[in-house]
Amino acid sequence: MAVIEVRNLNKWYGDFHVLQNIDETVEKGEVLVICGPSGSGKSTFIRCINRLEEFQKGSVHFCGKDIHARDVDVNSLRAEIGIVFQQFNLYPHLTVLKNVILAPTKVRKTPKGEAEDLALMLLERVGIQNQAHKYPAELSGGQQQRVAIARALAMRPQVMLFDEPTSALDPEMINEVLNVMKDLAREGMTMLCVTHEMGFAREVADRVIFMDGGQKIEEAPPHEFFSNPKSERTQLFLKEIL
Amino acid sequence: MHWEVVWRNLDYFLWGAYPDGPLGGLAVSILLAVLGIFGAFWLGLAAGLMRLSRRLWIKAPAVVYIEVIRGIPILMLIFWFYFLAPILFNETLPEFTSALTAFIIFTGAYVGEIVRAGVQALPRGQMEAARGQGLSHVQAMSYVILPQALRNMIPSFVNQFVSLTKDTSLAYIIGVNELTRTATQVNNRTLNAPTEIFITIAVMYFIVCYVLTSTSRRLEKHLSRYQARDR
Repeated sequence: MAVIEVRNLNKWYGDFHVLQNIDETVEKGEVLVICGPSGSGKSTFIRCINRLEEFQKGSVHFCGKDIHARDVDVNSLRAEIGIVFQQFNLYPHLTVLKNVILAPTKVRKTPKGEAEDLALMLLERVGIQNQAHKYPAELSGGQQQRVAIARALAMRPQVMLFDEPTSALDPEMINEVLNVMKDLAREGMTMLCVTHEMGFAREVADRVIFMDGGQKIEEAPPHEFFSNPKSERTQLFLKEIL
Repeated sequence: MHWEVVWRNLDYFLWGAYPDGPLGGLAVSILLAVLGIFGAFWLGLAAGLMRLSRRLWIKAPAVVYIEVIRGIPILMLIFWFYFLAPILFNETLPEFTSALTAFIIFTGAYVGEIVRAGVQALPRGQMEAARGQGLSHVQAMSYVILPQALRNMIPSFVNQFVSLTKDTSLAYIIGVNELTRTATQVNNRTLNAPTEIFITIAVMYFIVCYVLTSTSRRLEKHLSRYQARDR
């Protein structure tokens, strides 16, 4: 069964048709990279999957269940779907460790000790176990984004959404975040990544999607996508960013 | 000068006839202010959060309350509770209760606006991150938004509470035996030392308000320690 199934997704902001007839199926363990110029609707698209954005037409199924079904609780849905933002959005008033354990203890009701053990393990995995008791403002951008990834993983999600996770980072910090994401991909996490990091796409993506003007223009495995793009707009886009 | 008048009546200014008679003077002013601040904080927090709701039936009462109260002078409210409550509830409220109720309702409206502005001033990403992890609206407010927003609101809260402390002097108009009223009483009895008496109570009001502002400055500093670096 597909983890995510998007059917004929349409969204409007007033008269502006931001998402037009998007169809997409993501199988367990698949890594999808979504790229495209700014304003193409790619962030809006992945935010529709955990209902941070609502849409007017079409459907999204998560593990076979319509996310708008009456018996689906939006909070339990979001607990299963991790999201990492461009601006990190760590909670500045909480230490790194508390950032990571907040949702597990409050949403999943995990006992504090157990949540802390998991948090420390995840922080070690993203390479910042020594900063657990610092506040986010004391960390570099790359470290903050890795905390944000650990925070999302702490909910043991079935899917991870990445909304331009490296776009707000200084160039020298991009790789430390990408490496964590590559490890995740290799461990079999199902991932939807909005990113312009084409090296990442080449290395770990199963499919690359190109969006423009709210439409899915092209979709292909990375080697095909980069070596032989079919649409003219994709060719133009690739020429500009590569 | 007749400072001995002030000296002889100092205990009366500070706590009225207590313990032989009812509490009065500065003690009652402080009691009004403290209870008023406490009540106004919770009322204002509720009103501010309701006003932020997207559901009309939650939002509308808060909007009406805040807008109506902000357009009415506080003295009107004090009279209103004192003279109209007996007609409406068929029962007289004690002066202290009338004044306190008026202060809470009046200040609560302003606190409500402070809360709304404070919450709206936080980056949208904070709410998104919290809700995106599966926290409910109430959980996100309690653990993520309010701890940050309330800290940012401290200077505005203190302004409002200093105003309230000074406004407690208006309670004298319906006969609450607070500091200003004890001063007028002593002045009417002695007649020869108005300057000394009113300088004294002005100093008392000043000290109370000054303690309030300097405590809040220290609190603010303490609470903002985590954002000292970077940003």
